[in-house]
Amino acid sequence: MDTFQETIFKLKQYWSDRGCIIQEPYDVEVGAGTMCPETFLRVLGPRPYRVAYVQPSRRPADGRYGENPNRLYKHQQLQVILKPSPADIVDQYLGSLEAIGIELSKHDLKFEEDNWESPTLGAWGIGWQVMMDGLEITQFTYFQQCGGVDLELVPAELTYGIERLVAFLQNKSSVFDIDWTREVKYREVRHAEELQQSVYNFELADIPTLWQLFELHEKECRRLMDAYKSYPEKSRFPVLAAYDQVLKCSNLFNLLDSRGAISVTERVGVIGRVRKLAVGVAGLWIEQNASTGEEAA
Amino acid sequence: MGALALLVEIGTEEIPDWMIRPAVENFRDLVTGMLGEQKLGGTTRFADATPRRIALIIDEVLARQADSEQLVMGPPKAAAFKDGKPTAAAVGFARKNSVDVGQLRIEATPKGEYVAALRKVEGCAAKDILAVELPELILKIYFPKTMYWTGKNGPRFIRPIRWLVAVLGEEVIPFELAGVHSGNKTMGHRGMGSGCFPVHAGNYEQQLAANGVLVSSTRRRERILSGINVHIKSDDALLDTLVYLTEYPTPILGSFDPGYLTLPEEVLITVMRHHQKYFSVLDAGGKLAPHFLAVMNIAGDPEGMVRRGNERVLSARFNDARFFWEFDQPKKLADRVPDLAHVTFQARLGSYLDKTNRMVALVKELGGNADAERAALLSKCDLATEMVKEFTELEGVVGGLYASAQGEPEAVAKAIYDHYKPAGMEDAIPSTAEGRIVALADKIDTLRGCFAIGMIPSGSKDPFALRRAAQGIVKILVEGGIQFPLAKVAAGDAALSEFLVDRVRYYFRDVRGYAYDEVNAVLTAGCDDLPDVAERLAALQAVRPTEHFEPLAASFKRIKNILRQADFYEGGAVNEALLEGGPERELHDGFRHVRDTIQSLAYQAALEEIARIRPRVDLFFDKVLVNAPDEKVRRNRLTLLANLLTEFSSIADFSEIVASSSGDAHI
Repeated sequence: MDTFQETIFKLKQYWSDRGCIIQEPYDVEVGAGTMCPETFLRVLGPRPYRVAYVQPSRRPADGRYGENPNRLYKHQQLQVILKPSPADIVDQYLGSLEAIGIELSKHDLKFEEDNWESPTLGAWGIGWQVMMDGLEITQFTYFQQCGGVDLELVPAELTYGIERLVAFLQNKSSVFDIDWTREVKYREVRHAEELQQSVYNFELADIPTLWQLFELHEKECRRLMDAYKSYPEKSRFPVLAAYDQVLKCSNLFNLLDSRGAISVTERVGVIGRVRKLAVGVAGLWIEQNASTGEEAA
Repeated sequence: MGALALLVEIGTEEIPDWMIRPAVENFRDLVTGMLGEQKLGGTTRFADATPRRIALIIDEVLARQADSEQLVMGPPKAAAFKDGKPTAAAVGFARKNSVDVGQLRIEATPKGEYVAALRKVEGCAAKDILAVELPELILKIYFPKTMYWTGKNGPRFIRPIRWLVAVLGEEVIPFELAGVHSGNKTMGHRGMGSGCFPVHAGNYEQQLAANGVLVSSTRRRERILSGINVHIKSDDALLDTLVYLTEYPTPILGSFDPGYLTLPEEVLITVMRHHQKYFSVLDAGGKLAPHFLAVMNIAGDPEGMVRRGNERVLSARFNDARFFWEFDQPKKLADRVPDLAHVTFQARLGSYLDKTNRMVALVKELGGNADAERAALLSKCDLATEMVKEFTELEGVVGGLYASAQGEPEAVAKAIYDHYKPAGMEDAIPSTAEGRIVALADKIDTLRGCFAIGMIPSGSKDPFALRRAAQGIVKILVEGGIQFPLAKVAAGDAALSEFLVDRVRYYFRDVRGYAYDEVNAVLTAGCDDLPDVAERLAALQAVRPTEHFEPLAASFKRIKNILRQADFYEGGAVNEALLEGGPERELHDGFRHVRDTIQSLAYQAALEEIARIRPRVDLFFDKVLVNAPDEKVRRNRLTLLANLLTEFSSIADFSEIVASSSGDAHI
């Protein structure tokens, strides 16, 4: 039976063989692999792109102090983007399951409607949760809009929840019992992080500080967006740095939320603030790439 | 001319289960409608679907339209013939329509005589017509939400189209849609099929069955039902979902640790039903057994892998539920009331704490007891629990269960448990008096608040489900026999008042099945006290088929018209001295007798009594002239009729009744 990391290797190899760039995780905290620039920005515009990467994703509110066998503050998503989506995308996806040892003829596979939407990113898509023997193993989405923009090429996004998938493959009832390697369990690698981050998120995170940080990053992002207009050499302009500020804001929002610091009334407003930044940066990115594209031509 | 069988199959990626049935019907209607318009005949043999295909087989499609003749109007006769000889205009017209000049005919029209030609129109081949029509019709199928996948501005459909089968007889109908070319090859089941293979109308179902696909939804349903050999909690909606979520369904039985049975049944069932799409299994005594029934999309599970996988998932889910239950218990519902200040009900209507306070006040206004007040106070506290955050569909239910576990009186717990009821017109109202009061308070508050800030439902827009709330109020008031005036529910809001009366109408007509004119008659006579409305309606419906009733109703309509034409709306006493002997006197005496008799009668008996006056009314109109020359006599007769109308319209306004003979009263 494959270990946690062997399953990851196999998936990466599989998608590498199908023309994907294998990226490494992004180095700013994100709530989902979708938020990495490799997805959020690359799906915009007319250029084809194929990429796969494992992205550790932080969901502060899902933390359970490492006590719940299936819920994690941080889990690993294997994210695949095929832009544009090939006609045999579902078959390719099923092939990836076979590549990690799932005999499709012996399992119950269902594609259940599950459209994805991220209000903070102004993004949504149409798709399914792929269910294998009653377990959701993949989120499959055809992006339609990102950063409030209708996409020119429709990418397929595959998101494998690695812990859940491997617990299934290794027949474990707790993710903490997963064999990360033959010698080391998932618990040894990650339990302390789950516990400590839960304590921080739920008990010790300082709410005024988090708000202050949120506002600082928001301000910095706005400052950059304003500066773009008058910046002389557009291709040098740090749109990507502005996007990092959006990600910071998004993570701080999640932290504040798990800390219970955002009332339902405020919630919509704060989501709107992050969304405004995300949409603004997406617009700049499209503009910048269109103009540099012209320069190149 | 030959007739052929047409097979069309739209091969897609998985369509959401709940959209499939309407899409099949829509597509069938589109195609048969087109065949009709094109005069190509056709009888539908098969219209069905799986998640991955919408299929249509139509027999008896003409291979070619019949040739036809079309009358084409040409120039005026005067311009076409000079001295009996055809002019250039006639020759040109004949040539254009491929007929000899000698075959031209003269047609008389209102504008004069014109030359005309009977042109032969050759019928088109069905194949050619279908090649143009089918791709258009496929894209016309209605789906609630569509996507594009070939690129911006590309065609929209529910999910990507991956193959298209279009075969007429033995021949492929060639067309292209979203980059896919039609052909005669279909695909089998994702796990059990063998790639792609050719089909035609004659072997379609069999070929697919051999490749792991039951295209017939009926056969899938039968396969599920025949594979169930335990006692399950029946659930037609879930069965429907599973029929349209699979291409080859097979039920399997799984088990869970009986230790989880200590969790409330509602929670276990919700996890199985809503999160895992399993049927719950019941033991001989009708109690939940530690088993579940899942439906796989595959023929079997010889190694038990699917069963074990599902068991593990369910156990993890139950474990979560237990975690939430235990996490929530230390903080009682009563201690959570202040937390509601942080949960917004609606931005302009305040928090759930504000709502709770208003509900408690309303419960008092509705005459609720101390238990009802307590229940109202705690009713929304479960919104702050982990259990409801996870299982939002259990709001109310969880509150009730927690209240019970935390030692609240049973009446309080039950009222909290039930206070979202009725969930729809099919659902029952809360089972206890306290539950009904709290449910009313909740819904009345929502309606009043939303109407006050202008959030009034229009068309399909009803985000706060106000129609359902208002219908719930009507149902509870009627079926709970609560005499709380509708005017007090609306509290002076005219728009809300009208909205409620609309819902009353809907309830009695569409839910209880009363005829529209009966409902109108009863509501015109008063619609404030709903249990009373219900009684009057039942009485009216019972009396309606009796001999005198409808003719009397017609007479009342006549009286109303007479009074309106005379512009006479006064009541007052009849001057007996002015009454003529005979029919007029008899009507007056009869009226007084009936009026006095019905005071002590129940509605139905009263209506029967009123109906008995009909012969006297008829005789009066037969023999007596209302418009008497003497003004005093005339006014006295109008007064008599006015009194009759007023006194006998308090149960129902008979003039609203539409005679059964003159029209269908059940429209």
